Amino acid sequence: MTVSATETKFSDLTRMPDARGHFGPYGGRFVSETLSFALEELEQTYLSLRDDPAFQAEFDRDLAHYVGRPSPLYHAERWSQSLGGAQIWLKREDLNHTGAHKVNNTIGQALLAKKTGKPRVIAETGAGQHGVATATVAARLGLECDVYMGAADVQRQKLNVYRMRLLGARVIPVESGTRTLKDAMNEALRDWVTNVDNTFYIIGTVAGPHPYPQLVRDFNSVVGREARQQSLAQIGRLPDALIACVGGGSNALGLFYPFVEDDAVAMYGVEAGGDGIETGRHAAPLSTNAPRGVLHGNRTYLMSDEAGQVSDTHSISAGLDYPGVGPEHALWKDVGRVSYVAANDKEVLEAFRELTHMEGIMPALESAHALAHAKVLAPTMRPDQHIVVNLSGRGDKDIMTVANIDGIEF
Amino acid sequence: MNRIDQRFSELKEQGRKALIPYITAGDPAPQYTVGFMHALVEAGADIIELGVPFSDPMADGPVIQKACERALKQGTRLVDLLDMVAEFRQVDTKTPIVLMGYLNPVERIGYETFADKAASVGVDGVLVVDMPPEEADEFGPLLKARGLAAIFLVAPTTSNARAATICAHGEGYLYYVSLKGVTGAATLNADDVAEHLAPLREMTDLPLCVGFGIRDGVTAAEVAKVADGVIVGSALVNRIAESVDAPETIAGQLKSVLGEMRTAMDA
Repeated sequence: MTVSATETKFSDLTRMPDARGHFGPYGGRFVSETLSFALEELEQTYLSLRDDPAFQAEFDRDLAHYVGRPSPLYHAERWSQSLGGAQIWLKREDLNHTGAHKVNNTIGQALLAKKTGKPRVIAETGAGQHGVATATVAARLGLECDVYMGAADVQRQKLNVYRMRLLGARVIPVESGTRTLKDAMNEALRDWVTNVDNTFYIIGTVAGPHPYPQLVRDFNSVVGREARQQSLAQIGRLPDALIACVGGGSNALGLFYPFVEDDAVAMYGVEAGGDGIETGRHAAPLSTNAPRGVLHGNRTYLMSDEAGQVSDTHSISAGLDYPGVGPEHALWKDVGRVSYVAANDKEVLEAFRELTHMEGIMPALESAHALAHAKVLAPTMRPDQHIVVNLSGRGDKDIMTVANIDGIEF
Repeated sequence: MNRIDQRFSELKEQGRKALIPYITAGDPAPQYTVGFMHALVEAGADIIELGVPFSDPMADGPVIQKACERALKQGTRLVDLLDMVAEFRQVDTKTPIVLMGYLNPVERIGYETFADKAASVGVDGVLVVDMPPEEADEFGPLLKARGLAAIFLVAPTTSNARAATICAHGEGYLYYVSLKGVTGAATLNADDVAEHLAPLREMTDLPLCVGFGIRDGVTAAEVAKVADGVIVGSALVNRIAESVDAPETIAGQLKSVLGEMRTAMDA
């Protein structure tokens, strides 16, 4: 391990990770040897292109004309008023092409895949948003695309499964383990280790081995850069607080990262509280102080039992149903830059319904975790204070889940 | 001298190659594992790789994934493996034992506590699949200080520069992964393996052992011609899987699979 987390200053946070992919004691590249070469190659490709103006221009062009960026910063006036406190602003990632922030990263990684000349891409997906975003960019670039998805998630996200198939991707249900996101990632890694010569693995979150946590963060940081400018233009100053949901943590890092040195901006990452933290049936490694562990190539907070076996997790939202969390979040927790809290399934559903009724915006259940915390935080603040919530995805994909809870069958 | 080094030096004198079976500890239940280990030695095992079951065995194919699931269902923990090794050592003080698995169970116990216990019960080497030398700068020295060999993998995709680093850090033997893929995948190509081993011979005096894709006596003998050792896992674990309902027959089956390989390699 390198530096201990407590020695890290906020201003150091912009210079992470180090050359070996460590975020303080977290991160790294814990993979079997067969993948080392591919990761070194990816790192070199990324580092050489990151500061290349032509690459950046191509990325920006795609974000503008294919994704539809910038996404609006919307003042949810009616909802703010009803909560009776701070003004809530929604960063509308749900309005992106494919309906979530995930596409920012898949556009970036697809450009990298194109540069490496690999004809096939694979991805893991939980809620299906990353799978859809990957299938979309694969269709556009004419790449073969296989998406691994836990069999339990295939069941609860049928609409996205069919969307991926319409886009020409093959969706492979994963029956092993808990049949959710972590098992999909295991299987994607097994595929990659076998087909590493012709396959680019598009990881959907800020986890995985170095350099993935870094490059997924960088590709998503457009969210925070825009939100910062929009806040200055629309509010006239920086917001007082940012809120985003955290599974692996890509939409949260995307929003938070450009604000990391703005000490006056408080940040809240909202994990999946599932049935309630006290029941043990949740997916909240940071807010429950889970032990450190190593999974999927990085060291982080990881829900596991005393013998080191990874725990089963539970969440109403497939996209947050993951026992670990991006290593950069682990460091940000330790240094106290971000407060990590949890919202349980019931609170999330309430927030989902409230935003739908009061603003005519149906959020993804993942994003509704962030909204649930906004409901808690806003009333503790003054009406002249401002909160930016990352509305990371739209809720169309969750209509079946909510209908099931309401006892409605189609 | 570490038992692994001792064993390879004996084999070298005899002009023989090492036969290294792998089984997942606790599969199909913990009470059978020590008996299986003795059976493997009787059938000609030179070193035993004892697999630590893990909930998320990312580098393994379905055969070893299911073995992990069976072992975990029976509650097998890393501390139980250490007890198994202690029990094995009451009878067999010569056969080297390598623990093979993933990092997280070791992280939970703590590197130093684990290294102390492993050394005290008679473990000889440790191979952590998801810990390349770059991430071993804390754990590696703790193993070394207790006479435990840190064993690393080399893959067909490993560059010469990386191979040099791995050779510099590796102890005991180098585990050459014969093919791109997970355990239990396709059959290996011996010519291809020979080609990859040649540059490694230039870099290190460590014994070069080959695993992944060795199914039977024929493949074992082919590999033994070009390598210093042959590692066999899924072919054995498959037999365990097929006989979970008749566990008393498993030791005999393991002996017959491994015995065939021993005979073919020594012929």
